[in-house]
Amino acid sequence: MHAGVIEFPGSNCDRDLAVAFEAVGARVSRIWHKDTGLPAGLDVIGIPGGFSFGDYLRCGAIAARSPVSRAIVDFANAGGYVIGICNGFQVLTETGLLPGALMRNAGLKFVCKPVGLKVVTADSAFTSRYEQGAEITIPVAHHDGNYTADPETLARLRGEGRIAFTYVENPNGSLADIAGILSENRRVLGMMPHPERAADPAHGGTDGLALFKGLEAVLEPA
Amino acid sequence: MQDGGSRLMKAIVKVMLKEGVLDPQGEAIRHALGTLGFGGVEGVRQGKVIEIALAGEDREKARAEVEAMCEKLLANTVIERYEIEVE
Repeated sequence: MHAGVIEFPGSNCDRDLAVAFEAVGARVSRIWHKDTGLPAGLDVIGIPGGFSFGDYLRCGAIAARSPVSRAIVDFANAGGYVIGICNGFQVLTETGLLPGALMRNAGLKFVCKPVGLKVVTADSAFTSRYEQGAEITIPVAHHDGNYTADPETLARLRGEGRIAFTYVENPNGSLADIAGILSENRRVLGMMPHPERAADPAHGGTDGLALFKGLEAVLEPA
Repeated sequence: MQDGGSRLMKAIVKVMLKEGVLDPQGEAIRHALGTLGFGGVEGVRQGKVIEIALAGEDREKARAEVEAMCEKLLANTVIERYEIEVE
């Protein structure tokens, strides 16, 4: 599996994400935001957490218009796998690859703690190594994770089984407790919690590792 | 406007959350105003104002250009609406 990890000015989870990919045997290319092309032979792109461009204008808004984001959209539209975590999820909604938007947390506070998540669907490369309905623990760390979408979009996400994760206890006011959603072809995942921060026993938990293992199983079949 | 110099127009873009989209920051401001003793504050919505200096004199063209800017970057039309003034 060849994974690309994007770096914007202000990204700060890029290294952790690369380490998590490497933990399941992936080769990782780090990709700078001004790059207009992607390395050949990429299987999956990771858009990391952080504060790209200082969260100016709206979280993820400037990053979503940078040259590399055009390449990411083309990659996804051609059937490529993309995972956006935290700020990466915000970037994905700003590009339009995922529907809805992430607003300021309802409690207005930055929330940084491990949270319980329910795996709503196991039907995706990202979630195939979890049991559907399982409860896992993954840390969140965000100020703008309050997912919102119009009623039609929510109905569609539900109807098509595209809600990947929900919060057991909603930390940010997110619509329908949504923590992560999938694209129509189930190959683009955006989520606010950080699976790469629960991928090694030294992190205090390893519930995030199955996400990377699931990708590896699909993209590097034994 | 100086003789022979290029003219500048100013576009003022107001971006607000759409009606019906909960505005937690506006709510916090409303509470704070109440704490300060301001009565009768029924609601507060917080938005942003963006000023854009534009070369040229054609206001209609400028407005169309700024509208494209709003659609492409300045507003997230999933949750926000915008108003444009050109002066």
